[in-house]
Amino acid sequence: MRKIFVIGRDPVPAEFVLGPSESLEISLVVLPGVSCEENVRISLDGEGASASVRGLFLCKGDEKVTLNVDLVHARQGCSSDQLFKGIAGGSARACFNGRILVVKDAQKTRAFQACHSLLLSDKARVEARPQLEIYADDVECSHGATSGSLNPDEQFYMRSRGIPEQEARRLQMISFLSAVMEGLGEEMQGEILSAI
Amino acid sequence: MSDILLEIKDLHAGIEGREILKGVNLTIRRGEVHAIMGPNGAGKSTLSSVLTGKPDYKVLSGSVTFCGEDLLAMKPEERSWAGIFMSFQYPVEIPGVSITSFIKTALAAHRKAKGLPELSAAEFLKLMREKMDALKMNGEFARREVNVGFSGGEKKRNEIFQMAMLDPLFSILDETDSGLDVDALRIVADGVNAMRSPEKAAIVITHYQRLLEYIVPDIVHVIKDGRIVRTGGYELSQEIEREGYANI
Repeated sequence: MRKIFVIGRDPVPAEFVLGPSESLEISLVVLPGVSCEENVRISLDGEGASASVRGLFLCKGDEKVTLNVDLVHARQGCSSDQLFKGIAGGSARACFNGRILVVKDAQKTRAFQACHSLLLSDKARVEARPQLEIYADDVECSHGATSGSLNPDEQFYMRSRGIPEQEARRLQMISFLSAVMEGLGEEMQGEILSAI
Repeated sequence: MSDILLEIKDLHAGIEGREILKGVNLTIRRGEVHAIMGPNGAGKSTLSSVLTGKPDYKVLSGSVTFCGEDLLAMKPEERSWAGIFMSFQYPVEIPGVSITSFIKTALAAHRKAKGLPELSAAEFLKLMREKMDALKMNGEFARREVNVGFSGGEKKRNEIFQMAMLDPLFSILDETDSGLDVDALRIVADGVNAMRSPEKAAIVITHYQRLLEYIVPDIVHVIKDGRIVRTGGYELSQEIEREGYANI
């Protein structure tokens, strides 16, 4: 079961510690109207533990959202997978600091991290700062970050089918967020859709 | 009701300051299927982009009317509501949006524009089932994300499916044959032929004659360097197949 934390509404534990073969699935959701600086630490402290972290942030106006995620691979054979997607409009600022620490003995580690953002205005800014500290030598790690605006070809395709511009933009945002919306449950999805 | 559906007069248009169409004249009447053939870079895709209102394309001079209305003053979605549909040469992928929800959104917008109530879920599913069956698409297709991971043939079939759902007055098939094997070509052509009627018209844009064996046009035009340089019957496409574009 994926655990959902809506920032500003659900308190997030400062640290998640996982024992051998335990797994954790969490989603962090930042809805519009919230400025925050959130620190989350996940320690994979037992062999074969795994963590899946999904993040979704929607910010507008002059909101400032900072997410600091610390993922510690402290034992061997653990895996982590992080995917963050955010949309920023107005003059909003969002910042994702994703640190992955793989200690010397944490061999056979698999750690993945990606942060993609969509900017709706020239003044909005999203910074993704991955920080990898790897002290083991047998690891598979990757990170990626992209930032872009709504794809005009996609928008024209929708409009050519009769979907009005505003609705096309909305559909594009839903499409962009789809990978982090999965598994959130209908109620949360509904809340996100009405916030777009 | 006039039998002229689309009228293009001395159309000059281009992109990024480059003039590509240099005076196109074309009249399309209801019931007609026109083929537009031409070598690469002749202006075929620019013409379809201008007719559907693709941003970035600029009309420099000339006029286009559709059902007597100024087409160039309409937004892309308004052109769709008026009855224009283009089957894209390169359909766009939309991850996370199912074909069902995509076409449902489009159809609802069309009905709203016409002042009609939205179809009930049962009516919508029945219509979709009917159109999918006609195109030999299985039910699983409707749940797939729009064009994501589709083969070339599946993408084109999805275009024709959307065309059948939106039931346009005027269809533009932009290089619909590219990337299709013979079986897919036949299914796509059957789908297009099923929509031929005395009220409707279509333009088939193609580089090769092959597609025209399946969708037989009433009139064939050859476009070269931004102008229509020859107009004829079906036999003109056969001449091009034999002799190429060099001597036209």
